Amino acid sequence: MDTTINPNNMPHISEASVSVEIETEDMTLNIGPQHPSTHGVLRLVAKVDGEKISSVEPVLGYMHRGYEKLAEVRTYPQITTLVNRIDWVSGFANEIPFIAATEKLMEIDVPERAQHIRLILTEMARIASHFVFNGAYALEIGALTPIFLAMEDRERVLDLIESVTGGRFHPNFNRIGGVKPAAGAGPTTKKDIQDLPAGFYEETKIVMEKVLEGVDRFENLVGGNEVFRVRTKNVGIITKEMAEDYGVSGPILRASGVKFDLRSHTDFLPYDKFDFEIPVGENGDCYDRWYVRLVEMRESAKIILQAIDSMPSGPLQTKVPKVIKVPKGQSYVRTENPKGEMGFHVISEGGLGPYRLKIRTPSFSNISILPELLEGQLLPDLIAIMGSLDFVLGDVDR
Amino acid sequence: MSFGTEILIKVGVVLAFALNGAVIFTLMDVKGSAWMQRRPGPLHVGLRGFIFPLAEVIKFIQKEDIIPTKVDKTVFKLAPAFILFSVFGLFVVVPISPTLVVADLNLGVFYLLAISTISTLGVLTAGWSSANKYSLMGGLRAAGQLIAYELPLILAVVGVVIQAETMSLVGIVEKQIEWGLPFVIAGQGVAFVIFMIAATAEMMRIPFDMPIGESELVSGFMTEYSGIRFLIFYIAEYINMFVMCAIAATLFLGGYHIPLLPVEWVNFYGPVSLLTKTLLLGFILVLVRWSFPRFREDQLQNIAWKILIPLSLLNILITSVMKVVF
Repeated sequence: MDTTINPNNMPHISEASVSVEIETEDMTLNIGPQHPSTHGVLRLVAKVDGEKISSVEPVLGYMHRGYEKLAEVRTYPQITTLVNRIDWVSGFANEIPFIAATEKLMEIDVPERAQHIRLILTEMARIASHFVFNGAYALEIGALTPIFLAMEDRERVLDLIESVTGGRFHPNFNRIGGVKPAAGAGPTTKKDIQDLPAGFYEETKIVMEKVLEGVDRFENLVGGNEVFRVRTKNVGIITKEMAEDYGVSGPILRASGVKFDLRSHTDFLPYDKFDFEIPVGENGDCYDRWYVRLVEMRESAKIILQAIDSMPSGPLQTKVPKVIKVPKGQSYVRTENPKGEMGFHVISEGGLGPYRLKIRTPSFSNISILPELLEGQLLPDLIAIMGSLDFVLGDVDR
Repeated sequence: MSFGTEILIKVGVVLAFALNGAVIFTLMDVKGSAWMQRRPGPLHVGLRGFIFPLAEVIKFIQKEDIIPTKVDKTVFKLAPAFILFSVFGLFVVVPISPTLVVADLNLGVFYLLAISTISTLGVLTAGWSSANKYSLMGGLRAAGQLIAYELPLILAVVGVVIQAETMSLVGIVEKQIEWGLPFVIAGQGVAFVIFMIAATAEMMRIPFDMPIGESELVSGFMTEYSGIRFLIFYIAEYINMFVMCAIAATLFLGGYHIPLLPVEWVNFYGPVSLLTKTLLLGFILVLVRWSFPRFREDQLQNIAWKILIPLSLLNILITSVMKVVF
């Protein structure tokens, strides 16, 4: 059977999925675009024999919003608003690679304080994203309680992000050359502007304690549950070789035993100043992918607490021209997003906006492994495996 | 009092008991979930959440009853009735007190086990007639599940029947009064645990809700149902939960009787006693539902065939040996 996505094949696939007749032994089961577990509008055309899956074809594009094209007709400051919405679960982390790529092209040095604020908010976005994963994954396995606890925990972190940036999901807080003053702090032209809201440090410390508590609770409630263990252990194993071949990144890659984290390999943010561990899994199964993310939340909380204590003083922004024009050239910056490696390739012809913007999103590369991974699995395992990849459809389709 | 009037009164009381039980269990389930998940809705809204079941029923009645074009209409409409019939049928033999039982059949236990399988027929037909692949898979999963849990359920009850030397439910309770101890303490502890696990599988509650499996099969056999027909499934689920807990209380926990209380007054405290025991068992189910994920279908089969059935056979063996020896 031909399982590759071939444009000539497409009409045939859609026909097969509309038909309700069972023509052969294999039944075509159309999972999505409307299905509770596809994280939005992913569609999987699965050929199933009873509960067993013989082949799966992901069909993408139901949420294509054309951000790469849109960026070509917008100025650089306007694009920050767009890139927020790629992976909405961790909005802030999306801004960093684009801003960093533009700054690299303009050869701007960002003040240390702004870098620290960016780092703190990125890690908060990571915690928020992983909380959502934790809750949603348990829900997909069938446990109904964790999602409510996760949302409550996440809300505290989002409140912190909101108190600084004014937005829960789409902060739009980064500026080329630094960050915006805090929400409601007045115009940047004022002499002493308030960059972080009053009481932010104390509040953050309290919330991080709660986050660590929440992580412990998840480890007990979800990870300590025997049913969860039998459902996820040795299910959907991604070997080291497979992970490297498919170019998966982020926690999925690390769960397969590859110790690769862009936070310690590149210098897009000053991570080298802080002390943190990079969790690595052993088997590369669903449980490991879940556990790696859980430990990452602890490490992120640790980084935030360290960053709060060592916050340097100084300006929030370097001097940039009022109208931002980027010199001719190209730059590519990749960062460690909560879901994996995110990269922005900015090509400038010297105008007000980029000539071309290429976005490399983690979810898109990560779900490319699905057809191979799902072959021969059972239908409930499909949900377990798909959930463990933790993708967001906005991140897949852009 | 003529025979007809007596039956009518009994049916009325039992019906009221069942329907109110369902309402209480619904309330307990949502309140339990709210308590565990810190949901504000069922805890604070509308008289501290107590009129929640009423709002739920009104909501479902208001909704349009959609029947998709391609479904097998007759079967599609009949399926909820099958399930409701099955769960109400179970109530016929459950003794609320020695006299307050619709029919004290000699083969009460046999009747129970036979009639409880009818609900699977309802699930299967609902899944088949819906003309939806997800529903079909849900129905087939339910059928597969039936074979897996029905055997341990029956074998667990066989232990009780051997010990009580009767199949009448009133007889079983009277035997427990005679012994002075409920069967769960007097030898049938393992059987009780097996019965509760198998009953959870029959009710299709978490962790055995694979036929519904919201994250996998959208809602399984219930996917295409809406409005009042969905409400019937919904209520039947809770009545089923209530009656299974009442049966477990009767078989293993001494039913309407409380040890140390005088047997002559059992007609007065009987209903309260049975209700309390049922609610306690129901509370365990609520706790399990809101804290466990879902098993996989093959894992349920493994548990049933490799653990529950050998254990219940062993239980029968030990019970029989004890019966012969003493």
